[in-house]
Amino acid sequence: MSNNTQSSKAGLGGSESADTGLAKKNKRLIVRLFSIIAVMFCFGFALVPLYDVFCQVTGINGRNVVKSDAPSVLIDRTRTVRIQFTTSVAPGMPWQFKPMTKSIDVHPGENKVVKFSALNPTSSKVVGQAIPSVAPGLASLYLNKTECFCFNQQALDGGEQVEMGLVFFISTDIPKHIKTMTLSYTLFNVSESVAPAEIAAL
Amino acid sequence: MTTLSTADSHEHEHHDHKPKGLMRWILTTNHKDIGSLYLMFSFLMFLIGGAMAMVIRAELYQPGLQIVEPNFFNQMTTVHGLIMVFGAVMPAFTGLANWLIPMMIGAPDMALPRMNNWSFWILPMAFSILLSSLFMEGGGPNFGWTFYAPLSTTYSPDSTALFVFAIHIMGISSILGAINVVVTIINMRAPGMTYMKMPLFVWTWLITAFLLIAVMPVLAATVTMVLTDKYFGTSFFAAAGGGDPVLFQHIFWFFGHPEVYIMILPSFGIVSAIIPAFSRKKLFGYSSMVYATASIALLSFVVWAHHMFTTGMPVAAELFFMYCTMLISVPTGVKVFNWVATMWRGSLTFETPMLFAIAFIVLFTIGGFSGLMLAITPADFQYHDTYFVVAHFHYVLVTGAIFSIMAASYYWLPKWTGHMYDERLGKIHFWASVISVNVLFFPMHFLGLAGMPRRVPDYALQFADFNQLVSIGGFAFGLSQLIFLVVVIKCARGGEKAPAKPWEGAEGLEWDMPSPAPYHSHTTPPEIK
Repeated sequence: MSNNTQSSKAGLGGSESADTGLAKKNKRLIVRLFSIIAVMFCFGFALVPLYDVFCQVTGINGRNVVKSDAPSVLIDRTRTVRIQFTTSVAPGMPWQFKPMTKSIDVHPGENKVVKFSALNPTSSKVVGQAIPSVAPGLASLYLNKTECFCFNQQALDGGEQVEMGLVFFISTDIPKHIKTMTLSYTLFNVSESVAPAEIAAL
Repeated sequence: MTTLSTADSHEHEHHDHKPKGLMRWILTTNHKDIGSLYLMFSFLMFLIGGAMAMVIRAELYQPGLQIVEPNFFNQMTTVHGLIMVFGAVMPAFTGLANWLIPMMIGAPDMALPRMNNWSFWILPMAFSILLSSLFMEGGGPNFGWTFYAPLSTTYSPDSTALFVFAIHIMGISSILGAINVVVTIINMRAPGMTYMKMPLFVWTWLITAFLLIAVMPVLAATVTMVLTDKYFGTSFFAAAGGGDPVLFQHIFWFFGHPEVYIMILPSFGIVSAIIPAFSRKKLFGYSSMVYATASIALLSFVVWAHHMFTTGMPVAAELFFMYCTMLISVPTGVKVFNWVATMWRGSLTFETPMLFAIAFIVLFTIGGFSGLMLAITPADFQYHDTYFVVAHFHYVLVTGAIFSIMAASYYWLPKWTGHMYDERLGKIHFWASVISVNVLFFPMHFLGLAGMPRRVPDYALQFADFNQLVSIGGFAFGLSQLIFLVVVIKCARGGEKAPAKPWEGAEGLEWDMPSPAPYHSHTTPPEIK
């Protein structure tokens, strides 16, 4: 340290042994600090899957609707839950998209079918993807879908109209304080991101 | 290396040898030169960002659209924020760190002088890129300094790539600066300078540097995701592809909240140096200051979602973030208490640095209180995205961070230039600033409580009177800062010769050196008492 006057120019490399010791110490510390930086950069990206897992477990963002293979067998007839349906289309999506049932009262465990109507008013084929969202978010943990048009992309030719079905039930363990829930679908135009061969197959 | 060093030691016989002219500044590896560059650059950015604030306040002087287009207005609010955060406040603190840390810990220079040169010189590049985007077709960034997706992805102008690269470069600059500070403080302390003997400015910067190292990479990751979402078809934040815009806010504020402490912790260090000097007493509760700073830094990692109370989080999460946020006021309260206790029964004098430091304590505390109000989740639903928030963060950043930088400049100017600054002009600058800044920001609280949203170029008629008052305060505050420019230029050019220790009560190794401080700091390690 005592002969460190040149360090402003010589940087890490000093001529004295004390300086070499310092250079080594500096290098070790720099390597450690840079590895923290690398880890934190990756952590930024790791937040993406972590967030998805966290939301799936806790149901907090209302996007993780439970996909159920089998319909429900137990029905709790002592109470009902009101399910409201609402739809919207994202900018760039020309379809008209409406729920055919605005609202429905169901018993927990009861299997229900509702339909949504979609019309492609343009003259060309458009592929759409519906993204669900449930409010309140925590209620999404108890909404089970056995069949849903949102599981797949939908393709409509110009002028074509379809009715799209949703089969669902509410789990019997839904907390008592959830009396109403809203299921909303936003329809996105994904034509551009789908390869032409795939469009033909849809 | 060996030959170079020998040649160098010969040159150092003439103590202040340095290259002349422009190349001195471009090639410099001297911590004082780089510190000065940082400080000058930061003041330039302060003026540019301030000019943008003047455009904003001129447009808001009256209801209706008078001067600028809404899109340009949005670019002004965005770039004003980016410049003040990344161009003015952060480089000013890095500049102070460069100047002061080696002198304070008894080191000859920063540990990594060449990297130091780079970490400064990439900054002008970053800001040229950012500012040039304003002149491009479609305009510069207009999505707010927080660049929430999808505003910054789906709806952003074509120049967004430039914004992203500018942020990358600023991030690299801060990271390199932070590494330099950490290595210097840990490895370059003079023998006997134990951690608990370090001045608080050094302590707070050490903690700040660790915060920078931890969160700037997360910011880099965020802007990279924005870049690929916008240009390369990924869907991190796009619901159509399975992403989530709320995720953006989580990642951004995971960086963003520690970032706001990055901009205030060095202030705590500055004020902890100035208050004892002009109270002629030792700082009250040194070790509690260190622990308080460390706990503020740790807590900053678990409060980010208090920026997002209205995104529809579950109640349990809102309560968690509310309580954690309120917890931060405990260590902050310890600090304010310690400063006041330091002044208690001290023999106070009120030179300009002390005036700014006292104004800092009072006004930063006001900003802290409005922060506490915002932390109350149900209340935040009303305050969210209103001028109340604008008032809050300007109190902590302008009368907090920037006032402390002003205080530091006045306090250490005699050491930097070798001349005393003009005390009368300094006092005029202080009083003009402290009055106008309150005319500027205090009525914003009322505007926000009455429901005026932030980031709007036009507003409802009932807000007209307060907005006019705010604008007048804004113009006055902007002009007052030119006095500071005059003071600094006058002081650099000449004036009364400054003694080694111009402040009677000042403590620290930097005051044992002559004024102006020699080109190379402690060439032999100083003796630590």
